[in-house]
Amino acid sequence: MISPGTPAPGFTLSDQDGEEVSLADFQGRKVVLVFYPADFSPVCTDQLSIYQEVLGQIEERGATMLGISVDGHWTHRAFQERLGIEIPLLADFHPKGEVAAAYGAYLPDHGTSNRSLVLIDEEGVVRWVHESPSPLEIPGANLIFDALG
Amino acid sequence: MSDLRSAAVPPRGPADHARGEGEELVVYADLGCPHCASRWEQIRELPATVVFRHFPVASKHPRAPALHAAAEAAGNQGRFFEMVDSIYADRGHVDDPHLWERAERLGLDFERFEDDRRSEAVRARVRRDFESGIRAGVTGTPAIFSEGQPCNLSEDRERQF
Repeated sequence: MISPGTPAPGFTLSDQDGEEVSLADFQGRKVVLVFYPADFSPVCTDQLSIYQEVLGQIEERGATMLGISVDGHWTHRAFQERLGIEIPLLADFHPKGEVAAAYGAYLPDHGTSNRSLVLIDEEGVVRWVHESPSPLEIPGANLIFDALG
Repeated sequence: MSDLRSAAVPPRGPADHARGEGEELVVYADLGCPHCASRWEQIRELPATVVFRHFPVASKHPRAPALHAAAEAAGNQGRFFEMVDSIYADRGHVDDPHLWERAERLGLDFERFEDDRRSEAVRARVRRDFESGIRAGVTGTPAIFSEGQPCNLSEDRERQF
């Protein structure tokens, strides 16, 4: 994983609506990146559902949460609609996993990102990272609030 | 602003819903969750004190908030676990008219049940449990804790009770 204190690698990816979203759009706000393996997987469904339940409280702390996986934006749209979540989902689809790799969160043997969290501060610097020991383990939302302070 | 940073599972308090005798198990459960419903059949039979904590995940189970509010409202009339058992026993009938039927079967004061389940006090009560689960790192339901530690109730473990 990328190390805290490192400038966050910039990116521009399509969201679930096909709109381009850049990390630079959020300058002056904290950003929580949620790298997850795959839309519609049972574990990812649980993870994003839980985060949705506390999304308002994450935003109250001046942070924007962005989900990132190697799925395309049409899949993201279907997943977001199915779950009824508001967390923007970004498509790290082509070149596949490029952004995840830039953050050290790509698992080439799996062809997906690992389940990883990154907190970027208002100046665009990585402040905290969490990498799950395996893609099956969901980091609790409490860890995000610990990092946000 | 609620504090949602990591914290231990709160010990059983007077406001908790508890049933049974023996080793205390704190169970964070979602009344809209099919897995919880399946597990509840086992959990409720354990020779243990089961402390029920609300953990509705609305995005996965859109009716969950209404079901938890109904259980809490029934609890205000002393029938909390009866409502929980009823909901888990029949997950196919969870719309409002079905909740009214359940309230009638349990002999609840209907007007009080209706007022309570839509009240801010009940919403806050459910949310308080949910947030304590978030702070304890709950990421799926049912999440069971024994003596403050996550407890994976395997079939082997259940036989130990």
